[in-house]
Amino acid sequence: MSNLADTGPAVRWGVGLNSGELRKLLISAGIFVLAALVPFVFGGYPLQLAINIAMYAALATSWLLFSGPTNYIALSTAAFFGIGMYTAAGGIEILPYPVLILLAGVAGAALAAVVGLATLRVSGVYFVIFSLGLAELVRQIMTWLQHVLGTMSGVYVTIERSEPEYYWQLLLLTAVVYLVGWWIGRSRLGFALRIIGNDEVVAVHCGINTALAKVVLFVISSAFASVAGALVAPRWGYVEPVVAFNPFVSFQVVLMALLGGTHRLWGPLLGVIPFVLVWEAIAIEFPNQTTLLLGVCFLLIVYVIPNGITGLIEDAWRGRGGSTEGPLQRAFAPLKKLLRRNTDHA
Amino acid sequence: MPELATNEALSAAAVSKRFGGLVAVDNMSFSLVEKEVLGLIGPNGSGKTTMMNLISGAFKPSSGSIKLYGHQISGTGASRVASKGVARTFQLVRMLPAMTVLENVSAGGVFGHARRWGKELDDYAHALLRRVGLPNAGNAPVSALTYIDQKRVELARALASDPKVLLLDEWLAGLNPTELKIGISLISQLRTEGCTIIIVEHVMHAIRSLCDRCIVMNSGAKIAEGTPAEVLADHGVIRAYLGDENA
Repeated sequence: MSNLADTGPAVRWGVGLNSGELRKLLISAGIFVLAALVPFVFGGYPLQLAINIAMYAALATSWLLFSGPTNYIALSTAAFFGIGMYTAAGGIEILPYPVLILLAGVAGAALAAVVGLATLRVSGVYFVIFSLGLAELVRQIMTWLQHVLGTMSGVYVTIERSEPEYYWQLLLLTAVVYLVGWWIGRSRLGFALRIIGNDEVVAVHCGINTALAKVVLFVISSAFASVAGALVAPRWGYVEPVVAFNPFVSFQVVLMALLGGTHRLWGPLLGVIPFVLVWEAIAIEFPNQTTLLLGVCFLLIVYVIPNGITGLIEDAWRGRGGSTEGPLQRAFAPLKKLLRRNTDHA
Repeated sequence: MPELATNEALSAAAVSKRFGGLVAVDNMSFSLVEKEVLGLIGPNGSGKTTMMNLISGAFKPSSGSIKLYGHQISGTGASRVASKGVARTFQLVRMLPAMTVLENVSAGGVFGHARRWGKELDDYAHALLRRVGLPNAGNAPVSALTYIDQKRVELARALASDPKVLLLDEWLAGLNPTELKIGISLISQLRTEGCTIIIVEHVMHAIRSLCDRCIVMNSGAKIAEGTPAEVLADHGVIRAYLGDENA
C-alpha cells in the first residue's frame, strides 16, 4: 500500500478506470481464462490438485478481503466453510443445488453478522482467539444437533458432478471473490478499511463507523467461505463435523495468504499454488507430523519472507533489497518479539 | 440547522469527566461563537486534552452536555461527532503510515461532515495541500515527511471535512522556532478565513496572537476566562502556573 504512489496516481479509487487498471483487469481475465483450460490438459491426480488450488484460492482471497486491510487475523474460515458444507448437505434432498449454494452464502453471512457485531469490538489477539473458537463452537453445536435429531454422525451429499465441473465452479468463485475485492478496494468501504487498518483512532475521528465497516467486510468475506464449502460438499460425499469444521483449514488459509503477501489482492493466489503443492508432498511424506510442519511453515514465512511472494516480486521490481513492512507484518511484530524472547531464554 | 441569535457554535454545560476517583474535568461550562478562536490553557494535567476528547466524542462526559449549533453531540460517539462537523488534530501527531500524503488528507473528507469522492475529493485534497504549504507532496509516503510537514498533513486532514469547529490539541508543540512561526501563520490564516477553532496550547505568544478569548483550566476546573491579556495577568492563573510565591 505504501507503494501505491509509484505504481500510478495516488488516488485510484472513485475515479474512472485508467489505462493501467484496464490493463491489469485484462491480464487478470486472461489468467483466469488460461486457468479455465486446465481440465482440458490435465486429468486425474493433477486435476485433483488443481481443484484444491482453486478451492484454497477462493478461501484465501476471501480471507484477505477482511483481514488484509483491517489487520484482524481471522481464524474462522473453517466455521463458515463448514456451515456452507452443512447447508448443502442438509438441504440436498429438499432444494435444488444452486439454491443451496446461495443459501450457504446467506447462512454464512448471517452467522458472520451476529458474530461480527458481538466480537469486532475486541481487537488484536482476543479476536484471533475468538475466531478460532468459533469453528469449534459451531462444530460442537452441529454434533449435538445431529445427536438430538438422531441421525448419524455425518450426512451424505449425493449429487453427480464431474471433476472438471468442481474445478470450474471453484475457479468461478475465485474470480467473483477477486472482482468483489477489487471493487471494494476502489470503493469508500475499501478506503475506510485501509484507514481503520492504519489507525483506528484516526478512522473514528474521520467520521467512519468502524464497527459497521468491519462487520460488513467480515460478512462478505465469510459468505464466500460458506459458498466454497457448499461447492465442495458433494465432492467429499459425506460431511461430518470433524471434517467440515477442521481448524487446519483456517490455519492453512492464513498461511497461504501470508506466503503470497497480504498487501495485494492477488497475493493469496501466488501463495496458494506453491503451498498446496508443497503441502501435498509433506502430507504424503510425513502424514503424522503435519501439525508440527504447519507451525514450522508459519515461522519460516513470518521470519524469512514477511511480505510474502508479492513483496519479493515488488522488491525485485524496484531493484532494492530492503523489505518494507506491510500493515499485517506490523500486526505480527509483537508476536515475533514474543517468539524471539522465548527462543532467547531457551 | 436552526441558527441561534448569538450564532453560538459550540457550548458546554456543566461538563464533568471522572476516571474512577479522579475528576479530570470538573463542571466546565463555556461557549464559543462562530468564527471565534478560543484558547484552552492551563498547567500540565489540568484537563485540557480530556476536555478536547469530550468535545470530539472520544470520551463520554460523566455529566453535563455539549452542543454543536444547538444539537447535542455529547454521548453520540466520536464518528457521529465528526460527521456533525467537529474535526480534530492529535496531541501526538497521528499519520496513516501506509498511505500517501494525499490519501492521508483525503481520509478526512470522505466519511465525515463533508462527503466528497472521486475527482472532486482528489482536487479538494490537492487544494488543501497547497493551502497548508505542501503543494508537491501528494504522492510521497508520509514517512518521508518532517515533523512540521506531518503536522501540516494532519491539519489538512482535519480541514478536509469542512468542519464547523476545529480542535487543535497542542498543534504547535514540538516545533522549532522557525517551524513555530510557520505554524502560527498557518493558524492565523485559518482565523482570517473565518474558521471556528479551539486551541489547546502551551506556547503563550501563540495564544496571545491567535486567540480572541481564553479559558484557563486548573485541576479540571475553569479558573479564569477573558482576553489573553486579561487571563495571563490574572493572579489566580499565575498562581496555578508558577506557585504562590510568584503571584
